[in-house]
Amino acid sequence: MHDETTQKQNTLLGADELVINMGPQHPSTHGVLRVKLKLDGERVIASECVIGYLHRGVEKIAENRTYQQFAPYVDRMDYVAAVSNGLGYCEAVEKLLNAEAPPRARVIRTILTELQRIASHLLWLGTHALDIGALTPLFYCMREREEILKIFEKYCGARLTTHAFRIGGLQYESYDTFEKDVERFCKDFERRIQEYVDLLTGNSIWIGRTRNVGVLSTEDCIALGASGPVLRASGLAWDVRKATPYAAYDQYKFEIPVGTKGDTYDRYIVRMEEMRQSRLICLQAIENIPAGPILGKVGKVLKPPPGEIHHCIESPKGILGYYIVSDGTTQPYRVRIRPPSFINLQAFDKMARGHLVADVVAIIGTLDIVLGEVDR
Amino acid sequence: MEGLLAVFSQAFILQCNGLRFMADESKPPQSPDSAKPESTGASVTPPEAPKSPTAPASPAAPKPAAPPPKPPVVLQVPLDNDLTRRYRERFGAAILDALEDRKQPYLVIDAAQLAEIARYSRDEEKFDLLVDYTAVDWPRRERRFDLVAILYSFPHNTRLRLKIPLAANEEAASLVSVWPVANWLEREIFDMFGIRFIGHPDLKRILLPEEWQGHPLRKDYDILKQDDAWVRENLGIESGQ
Amino acid sequence: MSPALHSMISFLQTWWVQLASGVLIVAVVPLIAGYVVLVERKLMADMQARLGPMRVGPHGLLQPIADALKLLIKEDIIPDDADKVIFWLAPVVSMTAALVSMGAVAFGPWFQVAKDINIGILFILGVSSLGLFGIVLGGWASNSHYALIGALRSTAQLVSYETAAGLAIISGLLLAGTLQIRSIVDAQQHYGVWFIFLAPVAFFIYLVASIAETNRAPFDLPEAESELVAGYMTEYSGFRWALYFLGEYANMIVVAAVATTLFLGGWLRPFPNVRWLNWLDLLPALFTAAVGVYCVYRAGKQPVRVQTLFMWAVAALCFLVALILAATLLVPLLQAARPGLLGAFWFMLKVGGYIYVFMWLRFTLPRYRFDQLMHLGWYLLIPLAIVNVFSVGMAMMLESEFGWNRWLALVVTMLFTLLAAAFLLHLNDKRTAAASSAAAETSDSYAG
Repeated sequence: MHDETTQKQNTLLGADELVINMGPQHPSTHGVLRVKLKLDGERVIASECVIGYLHRGVEKIAENRTYQQFAPYVDRMDYVAAVSNGLGYCEAVEKLLNAEAPPRARVIRTILTELQRIASHLLWLGTHALDIGALTPLFYCMREREEILKIFEKYCGARLTTHAFRIGGLQYESYDTFEKDVERFCKDFERRIQEYVDLLTGNSIWIGRTRNVGVLSTEDCIALGASGPVLRASGLAWDVRKATPYAAYDQYKFEIPVGTKGDTYDRYIVRMEEMRQSRLICLQAIENIPAGPILGKVGKVLKPPPGEIHHCIESPKGILGYYIVSDGTTQPYRVRIRPPSFINLQAFDKMARGHLVADVVAIIGTLDIVLGEVDR
Repeated sequence: MEGLLAVFSQAFILQCNGLRFMADESKPPQSPDSAKPESTGASVTPPEAPKSPTAPASPAAPKPAAPPPKPPVVLQVPLDNDLTRRYRERFGAAILDALEDRKQPYLVIDAAQLAEIARYSRDEEKFDLLVDYTAVDWPRRERRFDLVAILYSFPHNTRLRLKIPLAANEEAASLVSVWPVANWLEREIFDMFGIRFIGHPDLKRILLPEEWQGHPLRKDYDILKQDDAWVRENLGIESGQ
Repeated sequence: MSPALHSMISFLQTWWVQLASGVLIVAVVPLIAGYVVLVERKLMADMQARLGPMRVGPHGLLQPIADALKLLIKEDIIPDDADKVIFWLAPVVSMTAALVSMGAVAFGPWFQVAKDINIGILFILGVSSLGLFGIVLGGWASNSHYALIGALRSTAQLVSYETAAGLAIISGLLLAGTLQIRSIVDAQQHYGVWFIFLAPVAFFIYLVASIAETNRAPFDLPEAESELVAGYMTEYSGFRWALYFLGEYANMIVVAAVATTLFLGGWLRPFPNVRWLNWLDLLPALFTAAVGVYCVYRAGKQPVRVQTLFMWAVAALCFLVALILAATLLVPLLQAARPGLLGAFWFMLKVGGYIYVFMWLRFTLPRYRFDQLMHLGWYLLIPLAIVNVFSVGMAMMLESEFGWNRWLALVVTMLFTLLAAAFLLHLNDKRTAAASSAAAETSDSYAG
């Protein structure tokens, strides 16, 4: 169950420092992550994350697949929010081709991506609460997530690694009851979010475990490249969907939730509010899905002119960037994926210093990392 | 997860087999002149079909003339705006080139001035976020690596790419002192490409195990080095792969 | 006959009831504890929108049997460098303390192994405290640095909260005037009202302290799975672990029984002295019969015949118990049995309710961090408990010396206690605010 080795080292001052290891297998590291903690008694004085246990060479694989063949691989990085990954990749290749998805495709993409954002945050909430000891929110979140995954399954046949989008638009037309399903889910969801808020937000034990834990100021966030809810919780209201809109986000009204202190509690509040905002986007979008084709004119064989492109989207974890270099052939010359979890995880050392060992689990949870994305 | 890993390992092997065949094929360089419409990876069937014993009695129709080659599409245009002018004023010859590709500007800069340009970008031009830092391998070029830094400015809401050509064994200045996020990013570049960074606090492999041989994202990477070494060491024979 | 045999027989003749009850406790309590675990799993599932164990037996009713069998046949792993004797002894100590303390618990006016022991409550408190040895020895014998730390943490937590629990109990004892369990319940009958209404603050202190004493959430950091420090139970597997686990649930029953006796009126029905509510005496029989009817209803819905038969058997058992309980009311000859049987039913109902609250809190609340836990115990609960003892004593003195109305005295002093509680909470808030502003700089305030 626990994989720990300890070594005592005497420092020059004669005090005993302990190095303990949260092994690659651990109930709370959400994947294969190894964290080496250097402790002074109960406090963390330094830490080091050892990653790479889930490295699969996705960027190398990309160089030997055609653009369409690589699209399913992209889902498997952040497997919790596969639709976002697919959106970023398809939009990046479309930019490379100087093509554009038709309006109907853009709107449906937006709806599915926002549903995926809700699903990703629900999984985060359930597991984070479980780590801190609240056993029940996990099951409620899974129940809600089940509804979203049912919608995905009805749309493209897969629940988790969906490969929902195609370069140039969509492959599948939205199914008959798509709008009704999404509307029913969104209408129901407000009450459910209220359940989670009732259980956790005002709970003094929850506040005691998350307030002032893992504080990251805005300057630190920008310096360490942390993005997404981590950055927004520190006070900076910045979101790729507003800064450089993509898909159909410029058509909808939504707010960017912002925290004040940049601690774990603020990140929790920001993600809860983001779920609400995603719900609002979905409701706005399904009111008016434009008719029209779902796939733009991109041809069967994709050979983008030589050059390169960089495209960012706001995945549930942060800025997801694709840097694709084309050499004029059907296979990309280089695909670089900027994984938000990888870069957010770098901030872990700064966040964990000075905290007790019991807070380490809360800090890992609040960063919302997915090891598939960290290691690719 | 096990299923995914199985798929990936198979895909890896397949792709590496593909690599061995492709190591001999020419990869067209970045210059737009060589972008030929027919240069796909697939083998081209010769125009004369091999005579089969059951060839039809009617003579083969004359092959239609091949369509004239389309002019190559060049999407990189030189860029001359305020930003590039400011950079050129400040750094002169260190800015080797300023281009715009599909409306995204990038500067090609000299590796020797990388640290200063980075500091200038962060402090004066307010590019406070290093969005991404990676490299691309062009093995047929004289300076084979292209370090690519993607910068973003929160105040101006603009992005800029910096490309730094590097020779094979050249070391670049580390950007950790300018943008601390570069720490892990440079480690990954070192891991995948073998580019070393001067001044990096702890340059070691990040995604691959410490004892890995080779740098995978190089175009001439030999995956089977690992297998050969392991088999030689543990089984005492030569690997048959 | 030899004198030795003679004395043995006379011993048995005097004490056979107690001996039989003792054997019964050792045999039955683990089974009951196992079923309390099943109830917890089903309740947890219900609160989490799922079903819980359903396969083993109808509605999972045979799950504890299956789990016990599995644990019995598991490989017995002992760490190489562990002290074999202590490793064996630790869970035994833990379980024994729980079972022995159950000997003094009175499940109704008839059912008490240590019959009418005059130090009842003190005995229970004292012996259940001995369970701490089981924890410390277990942590030490595991020969693991972190098991030892976890064990010491558990012990520190238990000791702190026992102090608070003991102080809370004192208020109830002040009101009753005696340690003897039967007299405490009789005192509640004499007062006409349960002690929870006379000393509610004491009850709530005892509720919180007893949750911490039994290592239940939200105070279960030392043994939580997702924490780094593994806890004293790590190296134990199979039946040794089961002993610890069942000891913990037996402790829960003991603690609930103490709370019921002292604060919830023991085996008295609600409003024991009010004559026109005598029809409440019918409730036990009706309740049991209703459970039987429900079992018959569910029996019809079981997918497999053997499960149907099992449910019918459970239903028959329920009807039998209901019949016995009703018989004490309806058949004049059996009137004498009424307080015993009905009392046992009410007692177990209240114990069940208390344990339900334990489980409910476990599923709802997140976990306290260890330093927050200790702070709560020492800075909040113990001062409040001391103030409470003082105020209850004050109330009794006001009544006896100054002739105040009992209720007025108690209300006034309770208000005083609540004021003290508000003050302590205010101090607590100030302290957390101060601590957070100096979060990373202070050195750790307690050894691991």
